[in-house]
Amino acid sequence: MSNPTLLKSSIGKKLLMSITGMFFVLFLLFHAAMNAVHIFSPEAYNEVCEFLGANWYALVGTSVIALGFIIHIAYGTILTIQNRKARGADRYDSEVRPASVEWASKNMFALGVIIFVGLILHLWMFWSKMQFAEIANIPLDAEIGASSYADGSSFIMYWFSKPWVVITYMVWLVAIWFHLTHGFWSMFQTMGLNNKTWMSRLRCLSDIIATIICVAFAAVIIAAFCMSL
Amino acid sequence: MATFDSKIPEGHLFEKWSNYKAHQKLVNPANKRKLDVIVVGSGLAGASAAASLGELGFNVKCFCYQDSPRRAHSIAAQGGINAAKNYQNDGDSVYRLFYDTIKGGDYRAREANVYRLAEVSNNIIDQCVAQGVPFARDYGGLLANRSFGGAQVSRTFYAKGQTGQQLLLGAYSALSRQIGKGTVKMYTRTEMMDIVVVDGKCRGIVTRNLITGEIDAHFGHAVILATGGYGNVFFLSTNAMGSNGSAAWKAYKKGAYFANPCYVQIHPTCIPVHGEFQSKLTLMSESLRNDGRIWAPKKAEDAQAIREGKKKASDIPEEDRDFYLERRYPAFGNLVPRDVASRAAKERCDHGFGVENGGAVFLDFKYAIERLGKDVVEARYGNLFQMYEKITNDNPYETPMKIYPAIHYTMGGIWVDYELQTTIPGLFAAGEANFSDHGANRLGASALMQGLADGYFVIPYTVQNYLADELHTPRMDTNSGEFAKVKADVKAHIDELMNIKGTESVDSIHKRLGHIMWEHVGMGRTKEGLQEGIKQIQELRAEFWKNVRIPGSANELNVELEKANRVADFLELGELIARDALHREESCGGHFREEYQTEEGEALRQDDKFAYVGAWEYKGKDVEPELHKEELKFEFVELKQRNYK
Amino acid sequence: MEVQNLNLTLKVWRQKGPKEQGHFETYSLQNISPNSSFLEMMDVLNEQLINEGKEPVAFDHDCREGICGMCSMYINGEAHGPDDHVTTCQLHMRKFKDGDTITVEPWRSAGFPVIKDLIVDRSAFDKIMQAGGFVSVNTGGVPDGNAIPIPKPNADEAMDAASCIGCGACVATCKNGSAMLFVSAKVSQLALLPQGKVEAARRAKAMVAKMDELGFGNCTNTGACEAECPKGVSITNIARLNREFLCAKFVD
Repeated sequence: MSNPTLLKSSIGKKLLMSITGMFFVLFLLFHAAMNAVHIFSPEAYNEVCEFLGANWYALVGTSVIALGFIIHIAYGTILTIQNRKARGADRYDSEVRPASVEWASKNMFALGVIIFVGLILHLWMFWSKMQFAEIANIPLDAEIGASSYADGSSFIMYWFSKPWVVITYMVWLVAIWFHLTHGFWSMFQTMGLNNKTWMSRLRCLSDIIATIICVAFAAVIIAAFCMSL
Repeated sequence: MATFDSKIPEGHLFEKWSNYKAHQKLVNPANKRKLDVIVVGSGLAGASAAASLGELGFNVKCFCYQDSPRRAHSIAAQGGINAAKNYQNDGDSVYRLFYDTIKGGDYRAREANVYRLAEVSNNIIDQCVAQGVPFARDYGGLLANRSFGGAQVSRTFYAKGQTGQQLLLGAYSALSRQIGKGTVKMYTRTEMMDIVVVDGKCRGIVTRNLITGEIDAHFGHAVILATGGYGNVFFLSTNAMGSNGSAAWKAYKKGAYFANPCYVQIHPTCIPVHGEFQSKLTLMSESLRNDGRIWAPKKAEDAQAIREGKKKASDIPEEDRDFYLERRYPAFGNLVPRDVASRAAKERCDHGFGVENGGAVFLDFKYAIERLGKDVVEARYGNLFQMYEKITNDNPYETPMKIYPAIHYTMGGIWVDYELQTTIPGLFAAGEANFSDHGANRLGASALMQGLADGYFVIPYTVQNYLADELHTPRMDTNSGEFAKVKADVKAHIDELMNIKGTESVDSIHKRLGHIMWEHVGMGRTKEGLQEGIKQIQELRAEFWKNVRIPGSANELNVELEKANRVADFLELGELIARDALHREESCGGHFREEYQTEEGEALRQDDKFAYVGAWEYKGKDVEPELHKEELKFEFVELKQRNYK
Repeated sequence: MEVQNLNLTLKVWRQKGPKEQGHFETYSLQNISPNSSFLEMMDVLNEQLINEGKEPVAFDHDCREGICGMCSMYINGEAHGPDDHVTTCQLHMRKFKDGDTITVEPWRSAGFPVIKDLIVDRSAFDKIMQAGGFVSVNTGGVPDGNAIPIPKPNADEAMDAASCIGCGACVATCKNGSAMLFVSAKVSQLALLPQGKVEAARRAKAMVAKMDELGFGNCTNTGACEAECPKGVSITNIARLNREFLCAKFVD
């Protein structure tokens, strides 16, 4: 971002939203793939956890993701505030959503808030007790019964045996799914990488990617819950 | 005070405009910004004139009553714009465009003006392309053309069915650029209420801010009226609801002559009237006549059955369809000029062959679809068909369109000389507001051409010629002298309207005026009818001034007051139209006197008596106006009875 | 061909002036022909109000053939009402049923303040155009119209973008009050044509800067603008605007 005026412009801010958004899609794809390993082999999953433990490269990655998140949230908030202001003080008495307008597209901020709350919970459940605990020298949470900070499998089995956690996560995943179905193609649109031919393709791809990610996450959770029964 | 000299330059027809430009006076760049020019109206003529004068460096003020200059009614022109480019290699030339325009105008236009119009037509296309107007193109990437009524060549440039919109947006973009640069100051939602004449020269205007009701005066070294036509005097017309003749009328009352008011064009292909609450008529582009065939049932009983809903158009067998234009005019067929096509439709309906409420004929695309395929027809007319279906709920791909003539354009207007200057020095008129180029009838796709020709290529020269002598006129104080007086007059006029406090709405009176006009001063006029019309208009005018009701106050946004002000002028203008029609004892173009027709029912001109422009001078309230005649000399074309057979 | 006329209840926004508090008024209207346009129905209402000695409802309208872009109105929760690809003047009463209650509101957006009743101030659009919605050519001195061939698909696409009528339905409909569809239509039209390409970068930057300055919101790609646009201007134009703008910014 060599150009300071770019970020002052509406399109520049949105570009930042789409770049950071792009990051998450890639991160989520990776995360989902990694989780899916757990269904087939908890040991292999733990090896991946070990690899992504308290190492410098994993820490750098985590920081980048964290920074991306902060930017995405901060700019999302700024844009939303601006947009509400631009809407004006008087609201419409009646409003109809045209059929071609996705529900998600009108509720991205609300979905974002749900995702954010879920994320805090998720970080507390896993990250704060794994990678973070290891760096900060916090002792392992005995109740979970993990053998090491990188024993991800035990964390999964512990949390997803609780029905309230499973239900909370399902709600979270639904929010993520909606957010992604709009966010994915919207990202290309904002970057200017769209036209009449690609519009329908990108929209279709959005649904596919969002579904792959969410189904993969959900499968791990449901599998863990079933195993715990 | 008034000068009534057409000031046609010397020389051969082909050289007049070049000669004029070569010898006219110019203003040097440093002096231009010392000169103020007022442009009233922001349609094709107004926007292009304001932009071009701004580019030259004059200090321009532009006014429009709409919320943006882009809304001017030029935007609604659908079909196209003519130019003598001869891109199609079909034998077109400047002379041929000139000749077609003179002939189409039934030999009632000034040769020199029309030739200049044809001459600059090509520049207009170039200018618009350079502005980014997305004209239709062929696969080779070059400009496409279509043919239009009254011509045997294909010379009409178009942008889908929205040519007027695209040309206006082109002019609007040029105007916007100048507004951004500060050479033009734009006043929107501001209506001109009167002109200010100081020592015989027009020096400014008085306006009303339509939001606050404030009355202001503006000084200009020259004033250009580009305020469009007065078709709304008929209430129902294809004009926009706000289109009005008030600016022209105010100029007339201040001494500008009003020329040929009776030349009113009736467009043959409009959507018929559906009911008493109808507020306007929608035109279907004349280009539809390229591929659509016009017919009425041959048998009166079929027409009646269709009217009663017992039969549909498709129930009428081929041999019982009367393609009356093809029958009467084999050479031009469905592409005869507008006046001829309109009268032919009226003739059929008057004889009981009309459909709908008796006031419609069919425009059928069945044959075009059979010949060209639905795809081609859709590509050419898709948006027009869609528009028709939205309005009527009929699908023109399956059932023929119903059409009927409607008031569309006014060839008459403020009298101007070759420089487009009115009889008041310093007051110019451009576009539909003046009378100059179309004679008694305008050809399709020529209005856009004339508006832009005046604004881009004529006014910037001729106004400069006038302004060169005005360098030493200081800007005047608009709070004193004549300006203050006119402002007071305008306020008094508004107060008078507000104080009537009657019981009838402005629209209801306007509708009644429209009925009188259509009935007595419409497509077929007679001496008795016109006299009756004048009487009725006078009575209605008296009633208006006694009984109109305008709610609200004058110091706020008050739509009824705006309308009342315009209708008050229409009630006077309507009478002048009738007077002009009454005095012109011949039929020509848009003016058809039933007493003067050939045996076949065609317009019969009286060239020995009426080959002149009738210019009316205002002589005061309730005093008969005085007629001045500008003889039309035809040196380069031979006067002929128009023949489209 | 007898058609049944409609009896309707109208809930119309009334507001004396820009700074005044507005409110809804309810009117009942009898015997409206389904063949009349929505504005003709409004004319009937106004005639009725005038006859009752009340002030008529102020609304913007002019050409009444769907091209000038002057008519506005948010009808039953939709810009230009419940028909697709029409302006309010082209909306016909056959789209409503006998006994319906119709809610009529002005465009609501910070960029379009209400002037009176249903009339709003859309001069912000003019200001955006003045910032860069043009090709910088003066009158005269331009090349022949056929000097530069333009591929038909480009000319056609430019025409589609150029069909914008500047009515403001996009802003009125957008939950963010964004003017991106309007701006993108002009930027696209001119960027697609060789005549406009020359200053495409400058234009995109200037128009976006003006749009932001005037307080329009940010586009979040909901596509509501496209759905309500009476001329069907596509949001792929917004993608092109983004592209033009970002490319222009990155070479700065």
